[in-house]
Amino acid sequence: MTAVASDRFDALFEPRGVIVAGASSHPGKFGFVALHNILRHEYGGAVFATNREGGEILGVTACTSIDDLPASAADLVFVCTPAAANVELMRACAKKGVGAAFVTSAGYGEAGEEGRRAERELVELAEELGMLLVGPNGQGVVSTPVSLCAQIVAPYPPRGRIAIVSQSGNFVSSFQNYAVQTGVGVSRAVSAGNAAAVTVPDFLEYYAADPETSVALAYVEGVVDGRAFYEQVRRVAERKPLVLLKGGRTGGGQRAAASHTGALASDERVFEGMCRQAGVTLAGSVEEAFEAAATFATQPLPRGPRVAVLTTAGGWGVVTADAVVRSELELAPLPDDLRTAIDAKLPPRWSRNNPIDLAGAETRDTIPEVLELVAGHDDIDAVVYLGLGIQSNQARLMRTGPFFPDHGLERIVAYHERQDERFARAAADVSLATGKPVLTATELAVTDPDNAGPRTVRATGRLCYPSSNRAVIALEHLWRYARYGMRRAHA
Amino acid sequence: MTRTLSEAESKRVLAGHGVPVLDERLAATPDEAVAAADGLGYPVVVKACGAGIAHKTERGLVRLGLADATAVRSAAADVLAAVDASDGPVELLIAPMVRGTRELIAGLHDDPQFGRCVMVGLGGILAEAVGDVAFRLVPVEPVDVDEMLEELGAQAILGEFRGEPPVERAALGEVLLGLSHFAESDPAVVAVDVNPLVVVDGRPVAVDALVEVAE
Repeated sequence: MTAVASDRFDALFEPRGVIVAGASSHPGKFGFVALHNILRHEYGGAVFATNREGGEILGVTACTSIDDLPASAADLVFVCTPAAANVELMRACAKKGVGAAFVTSAGYGEAGEEGRRAERELVELAEELGMLLVGPNGQGVVSTPVSLCAQIVAPYPPRGRIAIVSQSGNFVSSFQNYAVQTGVGVSRAVSAGNAAAVTVPDFLEYYAADPETSVALAYVEGVVDGRAFYEQVRRVAERKPLVLLKGGRTGGGQRAAASHTGALASDERVFEGMCRQAGVTLAGSVEEAFEAAATFATQPLPRGPRVAVLTTAGGWGVVTADAVVRSELELAPLPDDLRTAIDAKLPPRWSRNNPIDLAGAETRDTIPEVLELVAGHDDIDAVVYLGLGIQSNQARLMRTGPFFPDHGLERIVAYHERQDERFARAAADVSLATGKPVLTATELAVTDPDNAGPRTVRATGRLCYPSSNRAVIALEHLWRYARYGMRRAHA
Repeated sequence: MTRTLSEAESKRVLAGHGVPVLDERLAATPDEAVAAADGLGYPVVVKACGAGIAHKTERGLVRLGLADATAVRSAAADVLAAVDASDGPVELLIAPMVRGTRELIAGLHDDPQFGRCVMVGLGGILAEAVGDVAFRLVPVEPVDVDEMLEELGAQAILGEFRGEPPVERAALGEVLLGLSHFAESDPAVVAVDVNPLVVVDGRPVAVDALVEVAE
């Protein structure tokens, strides 16, 4: 399906009410879980349930027929009924003004010839009824602006600006789990299931126009019509960053071909070239995909490739500089006037070069001041800041030990934690003030997420990167996208 | 079904789309080969040329660095003796011997998912083993072509190299744009191999080429 009208997607993502068809009183059944999850997250619209027996489930009175429901009260039906019941169900829903069906039922295209026939029938019916058909065999849909968690799996992510679509429902969960963990939230998420009618790029086109979304994140495996896919994702990337995770990149492999060119044309190489041509960011792993999307959602785009690395200790800076050099980013030569300006803030043992290694010479205000100087310099396009949370890590050791709070420990612990909070806020403030990306990386983001440093980064709405390498890779995705736009002058 | 054009015909077609080729001559006999070589100047290369000829190097159908008329006559006779009726009509292709240490590859491929693509990469006999290549879908824009070259791992090969000047990226880009135009102008083209695309004094020249068209 191409060019699906966006108002039909509104019935899916911003429904006035939702019907759970095939609601169950058994907490192990999808028909229960779906209703539970919708109610659990306090969806604001009307919630209806139907099943064969009626009765009350989670405080909702189930109707035995769609015909018993009020007209025009629900835009979305969440279908948990067996495949055989769905044709009649969809006809009844259409009569009540339902505009979208999320079909979680299995037994369709994934289930042999009979299933494929049933799936074709369902697609034709949806077209006849003018109903948006999502799935079948999908896990659900999430839309945080309306607090909708219509899915048969966890989790429900915090609200944010990343819109997710996946050919595999499990990756919707994976990305949302990262959203929960990092605090970088999601606007919409949908599992396309068998994508019988609405395909992954159809959702992406909706996300491109969606004011709640600033970056799209998708997992795709097979592409049915490569040219149509290319045209669609290219249009999406012209409007918003699109991060793709591709399954089966090495599958298929090189074919027997008479020509050298044909022999070299693996699926992976052609797909990668297509992505670069379309301005789409292709990620190499699940966490890389999420972190790239989270970075697009929370940092400004760099205007150039020149990176400064700011560290409080030597080795981190060196490794990060190596990662920058390996990437398509550049390690900025430290400008003379910036060196002079930093000289005024520090004793002479600092590195006086990029990476800017403060060498433990910092005092109370050094880090915020140097961050401001570095990010504010015209010859620096982005900053990676390392060393956040070290003092709070020590503070934790003191706080949990036998000497606390005596011997002055209470005071010093509070000071260290306050300082790390300041530094994390400074990184965000400087980024906002300069319009440049400032990425903070420390393994404490995962080893001790409650540390004042990473905790405060999360409070600023940004991602605290679990390693500097991962920060550099995320930043490289931003730079590639920015450069693509700059070179084609539609950024 | 597809049909492969002879090397000479492939080059003639590609030259029409801006792919630089050498001044080459066709000859039917050893005597004609010598006359062609005299006209071109020595040293030259003698190759078998026909629509049914593939894997020339492996079959000994390419003779390099022929310095004089005697060498050309003898090589031409050898090449003609090495082909048989199963090769179909075969002529001799006489070409100037060019010197260049860098061999690139450029081509077109009809991908089953994405349709026709342009490719560039490191060429020569190691092309497939090294696999340092970049693809884009037809049609490509100049900016895409620049990015394809930027994407190659072996950037050192494109710079100044063993006393030779850097590759003129614009000239190399023209080859890729030419291949893209070729594909756009002729829907029957399903594959092109320009391998090697030898860098001579910084400029790419198609030393061997093969065009495959749908029938």
